Amino acid sequence: MSELLTKAVLVATIAGGIRLAVPLLLASLGETFGQRSGVLNLGVDGIMLLGAFGGYYAVLESGDVWLGLAAGIVIGMLLGVVSALISVTLLAEQGISGIGVYLFGLGLSDLLFQRLVGTPTPIPKFPKLDIPGLSDIPVIGETLFQFSLIVYVAVALVPISIFVINRTTFGMKVRSVGENPEAADSLGVSITRVRWITVTIGGTLAGVAGAALAIDLGIFQQNLTNAQGFIAIALVYFGAWRPLGVMTGALLYGLVNSLVLQFKTLGIIPQSWSDIAAMAPALITILALVVVARRFRQPAALTKPFTRGT
Amino acid sequence: MTTAGAGLRSRSRYAAYLVPLGAVGTALLIGALMLVLLDANPIEGFGAMLSGAFGGADALTSTALKATPLLFVGVGITIAFRANVINIGGEGQMVAGGLLATAVALVLPDWPAAVMLPTVLVAGMVGGAIWGAVPGALKAYYGVNEILSTIMLNVVAVQLMNFLLRGPMIDPGEIERGTRIPQTQRLQEGADLPLLFGSGRLHIGPVIAALVAVAAYILLWRTPVGFRVRAVGQSTDAARYAGIPVKRTIVLALTLAGAMGGLAGAVLVFGSESHRMVTDGSTAGFTGNAGFNGIVAALFGGLHPLWAIPASFLFGGLLVGGNALQRAVQVPTALILALNGLVVVFVVASDRYRRTLGERASQAETAAKLAAQAAAEAPP
Amino acid sequence: MRTRPLPWAAMVLAFVMLAVACGGDDDAADTTAATDGATTTAAAADETFRIAVVAPSAVNDLAFTQSIVDAVNVVAAERGNTEVDITDGTFVVEDAAAAIRDYASQGYDLVIAHGSQYGGSLEEIAPDFPEVAFAWGTAADTFGLPNVFAYEAASDQGGYVMGVMAAALSESKLIGIVGPIEVGDAKLYVDGFKAGAESNDSGVTVNVNYTGSFSDVALASEAAKAHVAAGADVMSGTAQMVVGAVSVANDEGVLWFGTQANQSSLGDIVVASQVYKWEVVLREMLTAIDGGTLGGTTYEINLANGGEVIEYNANFDLPADVAQLAEDAIAGIADGSMSTGQ
Repeated sequence: MSELLTKAVLVATIAGGIRLAVPLLLASLGETFGQRSGVLNLGVDGIMLLGAFGGYYAVLESGDVWLGLAAGIVIGMLLGVVSALISVTLLAEQGISGIGVYLFGLGLSDLLFQRLVGTPTPIPKFPKLDIPGLSDIPVIGETLFQFSLIVYVAVALVPISIFVINRTTFGMKVRSVGENPEAADSLGVSITRVRWITVTIGGTLAGVAGAALAIDLGIFQQNLTNAQGFIAIALVYFGAWRPLGVMTGALLYGLVNSLVLQFKTLGIIPQSWSDIAAMAPALITILALVVVARRFRQPAALTKPFTRGT
Repeated sequence: MTTAGAGLRSRSRYAAYLVPLGAVGTALLIGALMLVLLDANPIEGFGAMLSGAFGGADALTSTALKATPLLFVGVGITIAFRANVINIGGEGQMVAGGLLATAVALVLPDWPAAVMLPTVLVAGMVGGAIWGAVPGALKAYYGVNEILSTIMLNVVAVQLMNFLLRGPMIDPGEIERGTRIPQTQRLQEGADLPLLFGSGRLHIGPVIAALVAVAAYILLWRTPVGFRVRAVGQSTDAARYAGIPVKRTIVLALTLAGAMGGLAGAVLVFGSESHRMVTDGSTAGFTGNAGFNGIVAALFGGLHPLWAIPASFLFGGLLVGGNALQRAVQVPTALILALNGLVVVFVVASDRYRRTLGERASQAETAAKLAAQAAAEAPP
Repeated sequence: MRTRPLPWAAMVLAFVMLAVACGGDDDAADTTAATDGATTTAAAADETFRIAVVAPSAVNDLAFTQSIVDAVNVVAAERGNTEVDITDGTFVVEDAAAAIRDYASQGYDLVIAHGSQYGGSLEEIAPDFPEVAFAWGTAADTFGLPNVFAYEAASDQGGYVMGVMAAALSESKLIGIVGPIEVGDAKLYVDGFKAGAESNDSGVTVNVNYTGSFSDVALASEAAKAHVAAGADVMSGTAQMVVGAVSVANDEGVLWFGTQANQSSLGDIVVASQVYKWEVVLREMLTAIDGGTLGGTTYEINLANGGEVIEYNANFDLPADVAQLAEDAIAGIADGSMSTGQ
């Protein structure tokens, strides 16, 4: 146990936890917008996978990581639009249409990878950002300030999201549509337009999350996300539909995973218990949920498609 | 009745059936396009798909076997849905049911089939029921959203399965040989699902599933319990006002749905070729995504337990046919997965339209009846 | 909403009739499309030797499945007049069983079930098709059936050799291994590698981390970073998720040893890879089949029969003394004078 408390290991654990949390955070923030307006999108993982492949392929062909990120944005937006079409305009059953998008994304990303790329080929990664001054602070500097740009972008999106949801007119519309669409409708808010926008935002951020994952890992493979998209959805509930809560959840999940990894590397957890240990993040999330759920309610209109007169 | 009314009624009603078919057709059309892009012959592909799914006794057997877990899960979904609860924990419930049933078969001595078989099937139901009751209770008593808890429990289930199948429940022969494949030993023969025709592969699983579907129908529409479930689904306030224990009913609905999933898992284990439980490390390796596809099959059947039977059969045929297509034209398996997703998306997306058509059909029918009544009562 | 059963029944009936009608055409000689790199034949169906492969992961995973697919294609090209059909990505065991059964019923000459988890199903399927030869890998059990071959890799051997090299190349004397799950082929490799690294009393410590998944690339990446943070300057690992670990090795300038396939393309820090050349045993299998024996033998690829080959990365400058250590180890294991302890 004492090996865990060395500086190097602690730094690595926390840094690793933050890195693992970033794709979750991005996708989760996007899903928060959608769910706050009453739409559940279970296809997040599929969008992440397609964004991951798109980003990977763009970087592979061009050598430019930012082009890869842009690809992630475009693909995510496209799939967000499709998801909005399905859930908002066609009023499909939200819990299930998302699964279809997931299966489609899983299969298509693998198919494209097999046909267009073939063997896993490494790609350049995001450059690490050196913030003059901050990066040099001993311990804290290494832990918190030696990441690539995407990490800071993800974290910055949290206060931006808080601001948008709580302090803009649009955010107010989002909240009202999610709580009481009939009332919002009677006040002249276009439910359809608001939900289209939030679902598209959700898709876009999921695409970015996927691209960020692929570029950060520097490689692509089938099922690269390993169902993290579903964890991201769960984190929205964990965070009680608030960006700060979502970030807390993502960090918790990432840190627990990172800690388990360290324990295994240092031999603290014997290999035979590794499967039980792998349950830890999921179990902790459920436990924390029971605590959280007593105090927060979900948006009243979540998963209920809206038509005037229903 | 007026001719116009009759026309509208019959057109809308049959259109309502055609909608899911049209959805599947559209998805398959896109699939054909993808086949062409991959240098495969779509006609040959879809021909193989049809014959692989329905073209002969062997194919029909495969389809029936594939459809069985879909039907179980679909019936469970239907029950939960009537109480307005969404159950996407099917994957975890199948695993939990399979594990408990397997454990029971391993622990109990070799009993005769007449005793063993019901025992393991009930064990499967219990395992799945627990995996459904937990999110149910969390929702009813702690307000934890069931989508979240079922997703998390899916994750926990697969880790539990890996732990048990690599550890306490592993085939002792594997340890001896040092290969440590994560599977159990060949389970006792008393637990084998009997074959329907004495030989071949078709076991009684599909029959059990069909019977369960009928039982669910009776439960929902002919028993007080079912009435409570449906009442809670219509309006929790009205149900509460009528004295129905809403929270307990929600837990019950999810528990029943879980039990169905668990039964699917047990049938998968004891009906499998290898007669043992084996894992590759993922839930889908065991369930074949039946936990998700079962939801689609239920939708395909209009969320009615009886119509889930032909719907599951057709959907099972789609899945079996898809694999046959892969083998015939040698496209990557990933394409079949993407196609599966497309079908799900199109069927689900068109569902509202189907329901609208169906409503219009019954509205037209009501209007026609009223018109007929008015005509009959009108003064000559 | 009241629904009538008639339309449903009619639909099902229609499908069945349609399918049976179409099914009749399938009996004629089928020419199927070529797969990547496989040779197909225009000759009559009964002269063509047909091989089918059912595998759990993707054909291009640079690991388990790719190794068998590459080998089958090599053998097919050598032999000529051979058709190769592949069903990859079949991690659903029941689907794999259906695929194996289907290929067998279509009269393929050799059906390769490339996945340990397929064994239980194969045991039930093989007796139904006595004219078809089956091969099961990686495994050592033929179930006492006359038409089942088994094949496995002595991955500990190549692991041992690379462990020796790793210990010699490591300056920090700390080596990290990223493994999937402690079973089968993976465990064998890791144990062999560890034995090799510790064999020279060089004072090297080997940390092993089984991430618990064959496919979680992000976890493998983090596991590698954990090793690096602990001070490892040489790493190795097995299974398809190691691409994440190799990427980290690239970034940190840490050396890497690969297995199952040649991983040199992943970076210049890849020193060498133990490449599985399944074609060595596939050739023997085909010879047996030609001679009328459809199973009953267990094959092993190892350093001695050339089924396992250590392929060095041309872009890595391997010091001559380390290369000599490796050659000595290979020779020693091949002629039996050295033991990997497994």
